[in-house]
This record gives sequence, C-alpha cells and structure tokens, in this order.
Amino acid sequence: MSHYTVAFAGNPNTGKSTLFNLLTGMRQHTGNWAGKTVITAEGEFTHNNHMYRAVDLPGTYSLYSNSADEEAARDYIIFEQPDVTLVVLDATSLERNLNLALQVLEITGRAVVCINLIDEARRLGIDINLKAISKRLGVPVVTISARNKIGIEALLDQVERVATGAFITDPMRIIYNDEIERGIAELTPMVEQMIGSKYPARWIALRLLDGDDSLLASLKENIKSKEIPEAKEVIGYGVTC
Amino acid sequence: MESHVSKGSDSLDSLLSVAKKLADGGAIRDEIVSGIYGVSASICSDAVSYRDKKKLNSTFKLDNIVTSKIWGFPIMLSILGIVFWITIAGANYPSSWLASFFGIIEGYLTAGFQAIHAPDWLHGVLVLGLYRGTSWVISVMLPPMMIFFPVFALLENFGYLPRVAFNMDRLFKKSGGHGKQALTMSMGFGCNAAAILSTRIIESPRERMLAILTNNFVPCNGRWPTLILLSSLFMTGAASTGAFKTLTTASVLMGMVLIGIVVTLSVSWVMSKTALRGVPTHYTLELPPYRRPQIWRTILISSKDKSLNVLTRAIVVAAPAGIITWVLGNTFIGGESVLNHMAAFFDPFAQMLGMDGYIMMAFILGLPANEIVLPILLMGYMSSGAMVDIDSLSSIKDVFLNHGWTWLTALSMMLFSLLHYPCGTTLVNIYKETKSMKWAVLSAVIPLGIAIGVTYAVAQLARIFGWV
Repeated sequence: MSHYTVAFAGNPNTGKSTLFNLLTGMRQHTGNWAGKTVITAEGEFTHNNHMYRAVDLPGTYSLYSNSADEEAARDYIIFEQPDVTLVVLDATSLERNLNLALQVLEITGRAVVCINLIDEARRLGIDINLKAISKRLGVPVVTISARNKIGIEALLDQVERVATGAFITDPMRIIYNDEIERGIAELTPMVEQMIGSKYPARWIALRLLDGDDSLLASLKENIKSKEIPEAKEVIGYGVTC
Repeated sequence: MESHVSKGSDSLDSLLSVAKKLADGGAIRDEIVSGIYGVSASICSDAVSYRDKKKLNSTFKLDNIVTSKIWGFPIMLSILGIVFWITIAGANYPSSWLASFFGIIEGYLTAGFQAIHAPDWLHGVLVLGLYRGTSWVISVMLPPMMIFFPVFALLENFGYLPRVAFNMDRLFKKSGGHGKQALTMSMGFGCNAAAILSTRIIESPRERMLAILTNNFVPCNGRWPTLILLSSLFMTGAASTGAFKTLTTASVLMGMVLIGIVVTLSVSWVMSKTALRGVPTHYTLELPPYRRPQIWRTILISSKDKSLNVLTRAIVVAAPAGIITWVLGNTFIGGESVLNHMAAFFDPFAQMLGMDGYIMMAFILGLPANEIVLPILLMGYMSSGAMVDIDSLSSIKDVFLNHGWTWLTALSMMLFSLLHYPCGTTLVNIYKETKSMKWAVLSAVIPLGIAIGVTYAVAQLARIFGWV
C-alpha cells in the first residue's frame, strides 16, 4: 500500500473544508465566510488501496504573499511538494476562482482541479464544459458537490492517476507580456543555478521580478533548515476514515 | 556547511536585486495579474455558458436590502437581538433544572460523606469546593452555549457574517482599521483566543495589530454567562416577569455588545492616530452566495466543537480553582480567612469602581479563563460565612444581595468583564502571533486601563447623582 500526500488549495469559501471533512471523516467546523480555516489541518483517507495524507491549506485568493495565510499556502506547495495539489474551485464564480488554479499550475503540474458546488451552478443555469477546461489546463478537472457527495469517486480516481503518475500532466503555462518574459528568461537560469531544479525556477523568477521579499525569506529559511526536521504548525486530529 | 549556507543566502539577495533592476522599479504586479486574469477569462468564455442571467442576480437582491445604508444596521441589530432573545428565553429553564439536579446530587454526596465519617475538611474541599464549583459552571454555562453557538453557526453558514463585515466596513475605515476586523470580531463572540488566529486574514500588519488589540472588547463565550446571568438578575427591574423580562435582558446584552463595538472603534481610532499610524488599505470583500445551512449537521458540530470544548476547559480550570478558593476561604489567619484578607485588601480600590474586593479577586484569579470568574466569586461569597442553600437560580441573587449588591455592582462587574484584559490563552496566542512581548503586554494593559476608567466613571456618576 503506497502513501501519498494531497494538499487542498482553494479560494476561501469554496467548500474546501467541507470536502476535506467528507474525505477524512473529520469534523472541522465549516462556515460560509472567507478566512475560516486559519491553521492547516491534517487527516487521512484511503482510495483503491492507496493511503492519502490530506492537508487542508488556508483558503486564499492568490499565492502572491499578501498575507500570512497566502504565505503559508504557498510555502506548503513549494517546499513540502505534496504528491497532488487539489485545487478546489467554486463553480458559481469560476472565472475568479481559476486565477488561483493557474497560479498553482505555475508552481506544480501535479495537480487536480476540482470544481465544487456544481449542483448550485446547475441550479443557477451555469453550464461548464469540463473537457474544454481540462484541455486548456493540462491537468484532470472534475466537477463535484461536496455537500451532496456527488462526483467524489471520480475525483479520487483522478487524484490517484496523478499521484501514481498514470496521468502525465501537461500544466498550462501562462505567457506574460514581453517585458516580464524577458525578465523571466534572464533570471530563470540564475535561479536554477542557485537553488537547483528542486523548486519551480520560472515561478520563483516571476515572483522575484515582482519583488516578493517574503518568498525570498522562505527560500533562505528552507535552504538553511533542510538538515533539520521541520516543525510545522499542524493540528492533529484522530482519523476515523 | 555553515559557510555554504551563508553564501547561498547572500547570492539569493543578489538575485533579488538583479530582479529589482530588471523590473525597473515599475509595478509589474498589475501586469502579472492581468496576464493571469486574461487567461482565466479566455478559458471561461470558451467553457462556461449561462442559461439564465437573471437567476444569478437573486443574491444581489437580498444583498441590496441587508447591506443597504438604511436597513443594514437595523437588520443587523435585530438579528443580534433575536439571537440573544432565543438564547436567554431558551436557557432559563434548563439552567434551573440543572441547578436543582446538581443540588439533589450534592445532598446524596454529603450524606455519603457523613455515612463513612469522612473528616469535615475533606467534605469541604471535595463537595463544597470542587463539586459545587464545577456543577455551577455547568448549570450556568451549558444551556446558553448550547443555544447561542448553534444559532450563531447557522447564521454563519447561511452567509450573513460577510454582510455584517460589509456594513461595518465604513465604520472601521473611519477609525483607521480594516473591514475584515468585523469578521475577526464575530469570531471573538465564540472565543477570543481563536479570533486572534483568525486575524491572519488581514494583510497589513498594522491593521492586523489593531484587530488583535481590540478583539478583547467582543465578549467571548467565557464572559457570556456572566453577562447573561447578571443582566437577567439585576437589570430587569423588580416588577418585570416573563417575556418582558427576557426582552429587557436581551436589550441589556445588546447594549453591552454595542459598548464593546464603540470601544473597539475608539481604540482603533486612537491607536491608528498614534502608535499604529497609517492609512487603511484597500481590499476586496467577497460576499459569498447565500446557502441553505445543513441545519442538523451545523447544530451537532457546533455543539460538539464549541460548547463541549468550552465546557471541558471551564471544568478543567474551575475544578482546581474551586479547591483553591475553598482552601483560601477556610484557612484562618488571625480569626479571618485568607480569602477575606485578600478581599479586604482589594476592597477600597474595587469600591471606587463600583464593585467589591471579592469581585476584583475573582477577576484576578480568573486570568487563566474568564469562564471561572463567576464560579470563583460565588465560591468566595459562600465560603465567607453567608452560606445559602443554592438549589435554584433565584437564590444566586440572594447570595449577591447578602453581600450588598445593587444594580450598580452588577453593571460595574458586567462592564469590567466586557472590557478587562483577555484570558491567559488569548494573551499567549497574541504573543505567539505578534512575537512581541510589548504588544502582548499592551493588549492586556490597554483594556485593563479602559475597564478601570469606564467603571470608575460610571460608579462616580451614579453616586454623585444619587442613583444608588
């Protein structure tokens, strides 16, 4: 039986915690407002004989280090390098939610996009062409309703395919304007040379261009502490599922 | 190894400076964001279609009412009032049932202790101290919590809290704070210690600090029982009964919350003009769609998570406090118990604030958890000679009256409870979050100063005008 780590990323209030609770059998309080999950929570679930460690990241709108929350979510995805990053999106406001998915894909291709609240979207008369989105993003895309337990099996199948490497993802790359691309092209080799290929060099170059001091601090911290087992702030709960 | 590491850090720094040169000091964030937004928009225009644009707007119609300039605040206040009313009306009977139930058990316990000829002090410590203390906490605190938290959680799941934040935003902006402070305040109704963590959603460190410093002015669940009990015992007038009494109690509680909000805004304003100077940052507040809460699940989860956790904490802290209080009340030095000596020491100061030495001592001993202030106070009173057989809630009032309480004593204690320093857990969290001893200390000292100032002013005014 193999062991994988799945990180749950998503905008605040997309039902991320509801899905997390459903899968892990945990009973974190879920609320309908932004910023409810303040501390990373952990649980476990199994699917087709694979064990998954689930990590619920704080809900964020971006990974641009605007707040302590966003830094925590960003650092987890970059430095802990989960086997799968599950990006939970709200089907009723997909355009805004997709921004975070795109940012995650800039960091890691090992991702599954999960469009939640699909029943709500149908009720509002919103039609979503899954294939079209999946083709553009280059990673599996699944629609679910966490609160009504719709589409969960299909979602877990896709998580498994990405985790085991059965699905070779081809994450879409965003092409920025010429000025930014020139900067990235110049910085990326330097970044690679300095920190190796372990971290997403193109994305780090982009963040450095944006003057992201906090990412730099995290990078330093991580290069330094690689020898020391990391002390993370995580709430442990009992596992019931 | 060490030299390699420092070399790595230095070169990272040089990398950033290269990057900054490349970016040419311009704000490329906008370009990055518009790049990403462009891609999202193009994906969605390919893949998402809307059958009925009108349906999408149903949320906006409701929002136009609940966040309107005219109706926003009245609706907010009446919802708050209704929540309080439900809590008080519903908690009244279960509380007295629990109290008499525990009273009966206490009778059996005492009989049992007599039957085995246990020494008096053992009966004192275990039954009169430990048992009575904890059963007090349970019967006074459990019923209101079992009602308040689920009702509040339902409102939260429905999606009303962000609307509250939206309404409050203008006020916070004027006071130099951040609109999201309203969300962390709402969290504070449950628990200030948890709310301190929730301030992480505020981006700017300055505004986050304001939210941390003022969170204490929202009464947390540890203080609700004190506020509810005192307002229902002393603030309703002698003649009132039944529904009218519940209504007055609810309005008094509302008044307390409003005072808390006014103090929050004032402190934010003063701080943002002095130690935490700055201009409020802009931000987008998401108003999520209204969702039908999963009623039973919400009730079960909030009962389990909040009510039981809070209760466990209260019992764990109240049990030793009960023993300590009993020991203090029954150790005699020079003919007076240690407890009385301590109370007498604080009394002159406490009297100036409209309270007495016992109350002040209860607040001091209650630093670890606000939940135990009231139990300590009652145990203090009971061990100081005026033994009353407590088997119903009305006899609590007799205990207070025997110690010279008036409505001013109750009001002062309520105000002090609302405004004084946060509990130990909250202070520890503030220290952990800010990593600054200075701010942790200030977040205890500022509220304490305000609590002393306000209660002093109220007590002096009441006495000058001869209201008491």
